[in-house]
Amino acid sequence: MEKNMERENIIKNLENELNNVKTKNDLANVKALFLGKSGVVTNLSLKMKEIPNEEKKEYGKYLNEIKILVTNKIEDKNNEIIRLELEAKLNSEKIDITLPARHSLKGSIHPMTRVVEELEDLFVSMGYDVVNGPEIDTDLNCFTKLNLPAGHPARDTQDTFYLDNDYLLRPHTSPAQVRTMEANKNKEPLRIVCPGKVYRRDDDATHSHQFMQFEGLVVGEDISLADLKGTLELFAKKLLGEKTKVRFRPSYFPFTEPSCEVDVTCFKCGGKGCSLCKQTGWIEVLGAGVVHPNVLRMSGYNPEKYTGFAFGPGIDRFAMFKYGITDIRQIYTNDIRFLEQFDRKDAE
Amino acid sequence: MKLSTKFLKDFVDVPVDYKTLADDMTRVGNEYDSAMPLIPATNLVVGEVLECSKHPDSDHLHVTLVDIGDEKLQIVCGAPNVKKGIKVIVAKPGAELPGITIKKSNIRGVESNGMLCALFELGIDKKYLHEEDINGICILDNDAKVGSDPIKYLNLDDYVIDFELTSNRGDLLSILGMAYEVGAIYGKEVSESKIETSFSETGENINDTFKLKVETKDCPLFLAKSVRNVVIKESPDFIKKRLIASGIRPINNVVDISNYVMLELGQPLHFYDADTLNNELCVRNAKDLEKLVTLDKVERELTPNDIVISSHGKAIGLAGVMGGLETEITNNTKNIMIESAIFDSVKIRMTSKRILRSEASNRFEKGLDSKRTYLAILRCCNLLQEYADAKIQTGMVTYDKTVKEDKVIPIEYDKINKVLGIDVPRGEVKKIFNSLKFTVLEEKDKLIVTVPSRRIDISIKEDLIEEVGRFYGLENIVGKLPTVPLKPGKFNRTYREIKHKMAGLGLNECLSYALIRESEFPYFQVDIKDQVKVLDPMTDEHAVLRYSLLSSLMNVYTYNKARGLNDIHIFEMGNGFYKENGNYKEEMRLACLISGSYKNQFETIKFNFYDIKGILEDFLDYLGYKDRYSLVVDKLPKELHPYQSANIILNGKEIGIIGKINPEFNKDDIYVFEVSVDKLLQNKCRGITVSEISKFPTISKDVAFILNNDIKAIDVTKEIKRLGGKLLKDIEIFDLYNLSHDKKSLAFKLTFNDPTRTLTDDEVMEIFNKIIIGIENKFKCLVRDK
Repeated sequence: MEKNMERENIIKNLENELNNVKTKNDLANVKALFLGKSGVVTNLSLKMKEIPNEEKKEYGKYLNEIKILVTNKIEDKNNEIIRLELEAKLNSEKIDITLPARHSLKGSIHPMTRVVEELEDLFVSMGYDVVNGPEIDTDLNCFTKLNLPAGHPARDTQDTFYLDNDYLLRPHTSPAQVRTMEANKNKEPLRIVCPGKVYRRDDDATHSHQFMQFEGLVVGEDISLADLKGTLELFAKKLLGEKTKVRFRPSYFPFTEPSCEVDVTCFKCGGKGCSLCKQTGWIEVLGAGVVHPNVLRMSGYNPEKYTGFAFGPGIDRFAMFKYGITDIRQIYTNDIRFLEQFDRKDAE
Repeated sequence: MKLSTKFLKDFVDVPVDYKTLADDMTRVGNEYDSAMPLIPATNLVVGEVLECSKHPDSDHLHVTLVDIGDEKLQIVCGAPNVKKGIKVIVAKPGAELPGITIKKSNIRGVESNGMLCALFELGIDKKYLHEEDINGICILDNDAKVGSDPIKYLNLDDYVIDFELTSNRGDLLSILGMAYEVGAIYGKEVSESKIETSFSETGENINDTFKLKVETKDCPLFLAKSVRNVVIKESPDFIKKRLIASGIRPINNVVDISNYVMLELGQPLHFYDADTLNNELCVRNAKDLEKLVTLDKVERELTPNDIVISSHGKAIGLAGVMGGLETEITNNTKNIMIESAIFDSVKIRMTSKRILRSEASNRFEKGLDSKRTYLAILRCCNLLQEYADAKIQTGMVTYDKTVKEDKVIPIEYDKINKVLGIDVPRGEVKKIFNSLKFTVLEEKDKLIVTVPSRRIDISIKEDLIEEVGRFYGLENIVGKLPTVPLKPGKFNRTYREIKHKMAGLGLNECLSYALIRESEFPYFQVDIKDQVKVLDPMTDEHAVLRYSLLSSLMNVYTYNKARGLNDIHIFEMGNGFYKENGNYKEEMRLACLISGSYKNQFETIKFNFYDIKGILEDFLDYLGYKDRYSLVVDKLPKELHPYQSANIILNGKEIGIIGKINPEFNKDDIYVFEVSVDKLLQNKCRGITVSEISKFPTISKDVAFILNNDIKAIDVTKEIKRLGGKLLKDIEIFDLYNLSHDKKSLAFKLTFNDPTRTLTDDEVMEIFNKIIIGIENKFKCLVRDK
């Protein structure tokens, strides 16, 4: 009974002392008071020698119990202090997370580059090679070998920037067809695309004297107009959306036979009819066709054995559609406020 | 080509309305610009003016009462030629006329219930009308029935489709050619019976007195017929109306007939006043600088590329393009020589481009069918006899070197299907050729197709395949992908990565015009290259191809600066152009420009040289050239600041320039670099091979030297590196402090490591001290706060 009273008193005293503890220093003092050299628990253990031998074992047990109790209480208090101190420290480090961040400088990729890369990726994934022909090319490669004989309207100097009698700024990316075929001579199949700058002598609200074209050429055995259609359907869907439909209309180009104009469902109204498509629901986007046998022959391919298809859209308007650009001149003006809007990835 | 559907119906039955016709023609490859009624007006009726009195409150207006059959309308009219008893065109209230809608109104206190119309008010261009038709209302003949449709009465109930034809379809520049195309669409027969070519001939044979010489290869066919005693007067109504619908102004019966035949058959004709010819015509190439006054009274200087018609040595007409003034038909002309000929299309094209593009030259340029050349001259004689009371002289002057054989093209069914990529049933193929009036002969798996001479555009198999495709319907082709062996596609990844790295470094990509001002070409060049100039620039602004892309970026800078945009960080990659030993060269180049400042939270940091240097180094390091390049001041262009700029050297060769823009060129603080990507990429880079990460600790030591200002950091660094040996792994300059105008303190952090063992402090100190003494001696300097 006595021991119980004594133990309760000690614990009660300890708890009283601990209640006043604020710092680790206070706790050290309390610890000394109970467990130190002349602490309460130490004094209690000095009494051991006064305890009769037969009771020593039990007294030892009692003593140990108190020691553990005291130690645990002090330890708990210690943990509490650490916790509070940490809390106080963190609290002191509180910041306003709504203040502006530190950014690195932001750059951007030009919309035309983006469209070119998107198309390149599509065609590379289908095994096409991307070729980059020269921007200055010969009359021979740009016209004659594409079955545009002398005197043909498309060769008019009013359309083309000539540099001298033989050289000119390419008015289309089609010389890439000639160059690729001549480099491969009867090796098949051939699949290339050629994105690049082209130059023509017109400049008005909807035309720029420099723009981007994206030539495509496939040569092999049994390459047909249906292959062309399927390929352009993929092209149009990729660039203009999955719902886009493609329509072929017969037309005439000297380098292809049969030739067609290719329309896509209007990218503004989706085919319902609007001012952009003049209520027809369709927009003409490119010329294409089956490579003319003369073109194949002049570049070293036997037209009896091989056929091919070619297409060559100007792609500035695709960029205009994709990014809602209303004036083609913005593409070449490089207003910083325009460029900076391209500082993020495209939506998938 | 404006197609009068009324004219068209002379030759073929059109089972659809004009809009459907226009769309169906488009489907087979003949696009149109517009399809409209000739008279785009509604609610018109023939009326008779019953009463006509002066308006009480006007000196030029009249108040009329007009009978329109089912009612009588009071209409106020301002035309001077309105009077009682005439038949007029009445636009009833609600009528839509070009530009206006007619409403009941009150004109100076008098009610007016419609309008009496002049022809131009109905939408006929004034250029087609006589003076009296422009100054007053249209007065109809007395046989016009009150209450009936005046448009029909006037023979103006026509619909016009304006086609934009492809340049190969010269055959469609005639109503007859159009009829064959339309007939093929709807499977209708084409009747040429309305093309009357009969006439009676009189007098001696023209060939007895008239001489024709053709002295050029550029004229394979030349026909001439003599027509005498023509009476020049107004054309019959149907000819006038058809010319108007086709966009040609009626003049008199003779001129109109030549135009009518050209429209009908596609063959341009030329009429000479026969009395000016002295019984001789010669076709030849013009002599160089030969002179000719054309009928527009302009003296033309000719070249040997022009084909002329001459008489007794003197040029009297530019073949296919324009007649001469001297031999022109006038109101006094009695005798006519008709020319119906074919001239070389390329030559005509060159001449007409220089002199005049006309309906006639356009047709010569596209090529003509020799059968039509014959048909046209006969048709012309028929019409002249009928409508100009002409006497046709016996015989025809003829020079003909044309090939008369029909084109016969064999085509395999299989080939058609292979090219189109669909199976067109054999019956369908034959049906299409039949509908085009091509003759076909089936031989096992192929057809032998005979193409009529009017289709000059068809000469090979592929042309026939196109015809099948056009009429079978390209919409019936189902898209598929080419069956080709799988292989990976290739593209230039490096070019692409360069752009993305530059964007990642904080620069906005620009795309500018390659054509620049001639004055801008030498900018940023030291040894100025030969420029490439276009022969005939559109504007001075775009005359020469750029070599340096910095000229473009400077323009972008100026543009943005003018709009108050000062913080600019941009780059462009593209070709630079120049000429070397007469050869055109293209070189892939990359330029970068920064100016202004950037904000880092609350701090605004102005760009300086070290920003542009950082971008350049990050870019070169990214491409794998770390530690292989250096900045050396060698030869700088005058556009760069002489003391804040350098040449960029890689493996001993200059690849570009970097620096600040010279204030004399632009006073703003602008920093730029430009490199030749082609030259750069000639230097091969090894792939990434990971080096072992040292398991042993590194030891760092800091030291600062007080150096003379003119000592370069790179030289000190190089020396430290030499002295440090292989245990010195890294040298970092972490502080610069300007002590006085000629002294600076440069602080280095040196990092030591041996991947095979732990270094002792003593051995590191030994190297460290060796470095310090070495630097102190070499650069005559002291360590700061030793």
